[in-house]
Amino acid sequence: MNRPSMSTRAAFFGTAVLALSALSACASAPQGGATPTAAGSAGKSYTWWDPYPQHDASSAWAKRVNTCGQQAGVTIERTAYDTTALTNQALLAGQEGNAPDVILLDNPAVSTLADAGMLTTMSDVPGSGTMSDFGLDTARFDKNLIAAGELDGKTYGIPIGANTLALYYNKKILDDAGVDPASIKDWASLNAALKKVKAAGKKPITFSAIGTEEGSFQFLPWFWGAGAQLTRLDSPEAVAALDLWTSWVKDGTAPNSVISNSQNTTWEEFLTGEFAFAENGTWQINSAEKAGFPTGIVQIPGKDGGVAPTPTGGEFITVPVQKDTGRYSATKKILECMTTPEGLVETGTTFAYYIPSTADGRQAILAKEPDLKPWVEAVQSAKGRTSDNLGTKYPKISEAMWTAVQKALSGAATSADALKEAQAQAKQATGG
Amino acid sequence: MTSVRTRPATVRRAAHQAPRRRSPRWTALAFLTPLVLYLIAFYAYPLYRNIDLSVHDYTPRAFVQGDPEFTGLDNYVNILSDDTFLRALSNTALFTLGSIAVQYALGLALAVFFHRHFRLSVALRAMFLVPWLLPLIVSASTWSWMLNSENGIVNAALQAFGIGQINWLTSPDTSLLAVTIANIWLGIPFNLVILYAGLQTISADLYEAAGLDGANAWQRFWRITFPLLRPVSAITLLLGLIYTLKVVDIIWIMTKGGPADASTTLAIWSYREAFGTGQPDFSPAAAVGNLLILIAFAAGLVHVRLQRREERG
Repeated sequence: MNRPSMSTRAAFFGTAVLALSALSACASAPQGGATPTAAGSAGKSYTWWDPYPQHDASSAWAKRVNTCGQQAGVTIERTAYDTTALTNQALLAGQEGNAPDVILLDNPAVSTLADAGMLTTMSDVPGSGTMSDFGLDTARFDKNLIAAGELDGKTYGIPIGANTLALYYNKKILDDAGVDPASIKDWASLNAALKKVKAAGKKPITFSAIGTEEGSFQFLPWFWGAGAQLTRLDSPEAVAALDLWTSWVKDGTAPNSVISNSQNTTWEEFLTGEFAFAENGTWQINSAEKAGFPTGIVQIPGKDGGVAPTPTGGEFITVPVQKDTGRYSATKKILECMTTPEGLVETGTTFAYYIPSTADGRQAILAKEPDLKPWVEAVQSAKGRTSDNLGTKYPKISEAMWTAVQKALSGAATSADALKEAQAQAKQATGG
Repeated sequence: MTSVRTRPATVRRAAHQAPRRRSPRWTALAFLTPLVLYLIAFYAYPLYRNIDLSVHDYTPRAFVQGDPEFTGLDNYVNILSDDTFLRALSNTALFTLGSIAVQYALGLALAVFFHRHFRLSVALRAMFLVPWLLPLIVSASTWSWMLNSENGIVNAALQAFGIGQINWLTSPDTSLLAVTIANIWLGIPFNLVILYAGLQTISADLYEAAGLDGANAWQRFWRITFPLLRPVSAITLLLGLIYTLKVVDIIWIMTKGGPADASTTLAIWSYREAFGTGQPDFSPAAAVGNLLILIAFAAGLVHVRLQRREERG
C-alpha cells in the first residue's frame, strides 16, 4: 500500500474523513480548502454507473442510491448507460485507469470484466481474505443467482435482485378456448393448449427470437427444459427444443415476426389482446396488471414435465479496481446498504419487480406482495447463463446459438444442421 | 492555402518591426500547426489505432491491461477464411451497387423532371428531401414497421392485390432486398440535389439549338444532358459508393444483419464483432473495417484515374 500517495489524494479531495489526518497534515492540508470537487465537506464524491437510463435523477431509484451514499458518508455521482454501452464504457474506463467506484452490471458481463482483471474479488480490500471479510456474507445469496458472479472460485459481484422468464397468458382467450392454464405441465400439454387456442381463432403464442442476446435469453428455457447443455449445442435435446420453436413458426402457431421481435415488441403484441401466451419477464408485472384483459402466468414447462430452468436476468453490483485502495471502505458501506433484506425489497419494488436474491429478502417481499409467489418460485429454479463455469465463453456460445435459432426459424437451414454449425462455431470461438 | 494567406501578414510585420530572418517560415509553421494537429489527432491516430488493433489479439482482458499479443496478419487470415466473409462481401456488393444504381437512376429522373420549373415544383422538390431530414433511427424504425410480416402496411397493401404474406425482414431470401429498398429511399434526396445542381450548369442554349435541329426530348437527354452531366454523375456515384459501403445503422435497426447472415454486410459484420455481442472483439472488427477502407480507397483511385483519362482525352 502506498501511503504518501493515498494521503495526498485524500487531501486533494478535501477530506479528512479517514484516519489519515496526521499524514495529510504533513502533506498539503491547507490546500484542502481549494479543491476542485464540488463535494465539499459533505464527503468524497463516488462514481456509480448503472444500466437504468429510464430512471432519471428525480426517480425513486436515484434517491435510493443517494441515500446509500449518504449513509456511507459520501456523495454519489450516478451515470446511467444503455446495457450494451455500459460494458464498452466500462472497458474503456478500465483501459484509461479511471473506472468508477461501483458498476451495476448485467450478469453475463460480470465474467467478461472480471476476466479483464477490472473487478475486485473483494479480497483486494485491505485486510480481507475472502468475500465475507468485505462485510458481505456471500452465503446469504442464493447459489443459483450468485453463480453468475463467480469465476474460477472467486466472487466478483453480488446480485441486487433477479428476474426471469415465464409464460404470461391472456385469461379471456384461454377461457373462451376452454384451456385450463393449470393443465400445462409439459410440452405436449402446452401444444394441446396452443391448438385449442388456434381452433378458437386466436393467435396462440409469441416470443422473441431476435438475433441478439435477447433471442438466446428467450430460447434458453426451452433449450434447458429439453435437457440440453450449453457445452453441446447440437445434442438431440437441443434439436428437439429448436424443432419446437420452428414448428410453431411454420404452422402459424407463432407469428413469423418473432424472428425480428425484441422482448418489448413481443410484449406489445401480447398487449393487443390477440395473443393467448407470451414469453416475457418479471419486469412486465406492472404492465400486465394494467392490460385491458385479465392475465396470469404459468412456469415454462420442461419437455417431459416439471418446470424448465429459466435464465436469470438482473444486475450485479461490482467494484472495479481502484488505484486508491482507501476508497474501498466507503464502497463497502454502499454495498451493505444496497443488499440488506429491506434494501433488496426496496430495490425490488422500485424496479417493478426484481426478486430479492436472499432468503430473507424473498420472505420480506412475499409478506408485502403475496402475488409474487410464482415469480419467486421461478427465480429459485432459474439458472445463470454464465454458470457451470462457462464465464467468458458464454457470449460466444450464445452468439452461435441465436444464429442457429435465426437460421432454423427463417427456414435457411433445418434445426439439426443449424445447431451442428453452431456447435462448430462455438467450439472454434471458445478455443475448445 | 495557409502559406498564401500568411504572407501579407508577415510582410506587413516585417515593415514595422526589425526584420527577423526566419520569421516567415515560423509564422507559416505556426499557422500550419493547428491543422496538422487536427489531422494527426482525428485522422492519422485513429487510422493508426485501427491498424494496431487489427494486428494484435485484443481480448477484453488485453484491452484493459494493454498487453495484447502481436499476431501479425492472423486476424486478416481468419476473416478471409471465415464463412461469413464471402457472404458479407457479396451482400455488400449487392447492397451497395443495387442501392447506388437505383438511387442514381431515380435521382436523375427526378432532377430532370424538376428542372422544368412547373408550378409547385419547388414545394414538391422540398418534399423529396424529407428522407434526408429525418433522423435515421426514425426512418429505419418506420421502415421495419411497414415491412413487418404480420402487421406491416406493405403486406396489407399486397394482400389487397391478392399477393400472400412476404416475410420481408425475417426471410433469408428477402431481408437484403428489404434493407436495400429502405436505403434507396434514403439516398434519393442526395442524388436529386447534386444532379439537380449539375443540371443548372448546362446552358439552355444547347437545348434551344437542339430543339431547332429537331431533336426530341429523348435525344436531348441522351445527347446533351447525360454527357454534360458526366463529371457530376461520377462524383455522385463515387460519394454514393463510399456512403453506402459504410452503412450500418439502417441495417442494424431493421434486421441486425439477419436472419442468420442474410443481410450482413462487411460494415455490419465489423460492428457486430465489436459491439453487437456480449463480448467485444475489437481486433477482427478492426480488420474488417480496414478491408472496407481499402475497398473505398480503391474506388477513389479508380475515380481519379478515370477523371485524368477524361481530362487528357
